[in-house]
Amino acid sequence: MTEKLTVQVTAGPANAIGKPPVTVIEPTRGWLPIDLRELWEFRDLLYFFTWRDIKVRYKQTFLGFAWAVIQPFLAMVIFTVFFGLLAKLPSDGIPYPIFAYAALLPWTLFSESLTRSTSSMVMNANILKKVYFPRVALPISSVLSPLLDFGIAFTILILMMGYYAITPTFNVIWLPALILLTLVTSLGIGLWTSALNAMYRDFQYVVPFIVQIWMYASPVVYSASMIPEQYRFLYGLNPMAGVIEGFRWALLGSEAPGSVMVVSVVISILILISGAFFFRRMEKTFADEV
Amino acid sequence: MADRELAISVRDLGKRYRIGGSQAYYKTFREAVTNVGTSVVRRLNAGGQAPVADYIWALKGVSFDVERGDVLGVIGRNGAGKSTLLKILSRITEPTEGRAEIYGRVGSLLEVGTGFHPELSGLENIYLSGAILGMRKAEIEAKMDDIVRFSEADRFLETPLKHYSSGMQMRLAFSVAAHLDPEILLIDEVLAVGDIAFQQKCLGKMGQISKEGRTILFISHNMDAVLSLCNKGLLIENGRAKSIGGIRDIVNEYLKVNTGLLGEVRLADEPQKGYDDLKFRAIRIRDARGKVTPIIDMNEDYVVEIEYEITKPVRSAQVAFELFNSVGVCVFCSTDMDNEPENLRSIKQPGTYRARCSLSSSYLRPGAYTIDLSSSIPGVKMLNLFHNAISFEVTGLNIENKLSQGRRGIITPIFRWETQKI
Repeated sequence: MTEKLTVQVTAGPANAIGKPPVTVIEPTRGWLPIDLRELWEFRDLLYFFTWRDIKVRYKQTFLGFAWAVIQPFLAMVIFTVFFGLLAKLPSDGIPYPIFAYAALLPWTLFSESLTRSTSSMVMNANILKKVYFPRVALPISSVLSPLLDFGIAFTILILMMGYYAITPTFNVIWLPALILLTLVTSLGIGLWTSALNAMYRDFQYVVPFIVQIWMYASPVVYSASMIPEQYRFLYGLNPMAGVIEGFRWALLGSEAPGSVMVVSVVISILILISGAFFFRRMEKTFADEV
Repeated sequence: MADRELAISVRDLGKRYRIGGSQAYYKTFREAVTNVGTSVVRRLNAGGQAPVADYIWALKGVSFDVERGDVLGVIGRNGAGKSTLLKILSRITEPTEGRAEIYGRVGSLLEVGTGFHPELSGLENIYLSGAILGMRKAEIEAKMDDIVRFSEADRFLETPLKHYSSGMQMRLAFSVAAHLDPEILLIDEVLAVGDIAFQQKCLGKMGQISKEGRTILFISHNMDAVLSLCNKGLLIENGRAKSIGGIRDIVNEYLKVNTGLLGEVRLADEPQKGYDDLKFRAIRIRDARGKVTPIIDMNEDYVVEIEYEITKPVRSAQVAFELFNSVGVCVFCSTDMDNEPENLRSIKQPGTYRARCSLSSSYLRPGAYTIDLSSSIPGVKMLNLFHNAISFEVTGLNIENKLSQGRRGIITPIFRWETQKI
């Protein structure tokens, strides 16, 4: 039997590489960067994880994708009644409903992305224990999948802008960058919390609570202009402050978030980089710890 | 060695786990926080020494090579470290020490149906599962027809998986996995699940893959599957690589150590109740080449060899054995008078005898068999009886043996047929 099995170079799949790849397996130590090239090779898996999360999310629901609109819309109605009409919070001269909704959009995207990525390791424990792939694909896909909800909810904003006859400024071209900043922020934090949650399930309870508090620390129901000028810089330490103010600026033409935005971008990139290193360091223990 | 390429090279591989605590149960943050306190206190009490945690080496100092085209069966008892080895090689978990190199595209199959989602349709699950196993989208699409045909699920592709029977889920899952196209395939006990027909199908597919010259590393408790698929064996014991070599030798060694299967049992030292004047001394199983072995190939003849000693002349004594299959059904009985009925009237003189019964195993289903050994004076009395005198394995789930595959019945005889047009 030994001899008749000759070496055979299989034609292989379309993507087979000419030279056989060598996989080296040895213990890793210290802080290593995420292997981006490998992640790129697994891009199809990233796609399928995202696609699965989207497909599964509203299965067996009666209202389906309407939920993507219902949640931010109802929040907007409630905020308008309590904070806009009763508390009469200033809204930079913009009608309160659209003022709140323009903030709720990125905020919902952020909170969904963060909550889902936090639980992504634990939710996929059975897969983690049975097959190898770059683990970071899970938090990334969890961050990407709420984008569809965001897109659906965005149509309501367009309708509202029509209703209030608000024409977007030229700054609207910055919107994709702002969405990216939202995702970068939630991924950065999600890398930390998903790795921590694999070890300590407490984060499953901590994160939703923090998200709730965080919303009031971000200019969702109020305007950042309420913050005294000298503290704006500090306020930017909350990256979502920059994102939300940026959304209002790009869509509704409110005041440009100068220093807040700069601080937010820097902070959010720092969180992403530190999160990536932390995740990479914890990654090897996931299959044993989850 | 020089003219053959290496597929896997493992050097001093070790994996250490902390007992209890983390892997058995997830920690809570509170524990970790309070542990900081207690460990500081403990450290102070211990005079600055960190407390030593309890560790266990699931794998230690394992080294071996697998050549391209080899089908290596990894065997060992539960908890010996087989699965840990496979998890390290498939990069699910990191080794604590040592190094392994794998040359070529690796596919690992530790479970059938990894990543299946009950809410998604069969078709959607094929994509998902394929991607999780490492296939590219284009690759899955190219193989879609084959996968669907193999799974026999073409009518249910749009049905959510949760409505599938477990057998159907299994078939779908395996057909995705079977179409993985790696140069090196790592497979865990995937055959432990599913019915006989499914297992046969898996084995058949795996046999086909191995014939294509791929390297396979295969973990199983099913000695029969290991023997029929693998050409090399690696025996793991207590986290160490005990031996590596030809699969038959390795399985032999494993059976010797773990089931006491030796191919030979000395009965002389055993307390024998009953008739003192005829004593059994030994029983052996020999293969077609005369080698004492507890493993018999399904298509080979074999010999049951019985040694006994007679101290006083006995009249009409017959020596017999009954063969039982693994569920305790007596398959047949054979006696030393079957060919020579006139012996019935003869007297056996004192002395030591060796009786040989030549058998064919072609009709025996693969599996474990045991022999009850007895001597008696037919119709008068039982002289001596040994329950489970010896055990052996019939193997031969080999793919070539298509004739008896999938047949019902406790034996699988092949009879002669003649058909004429009349």
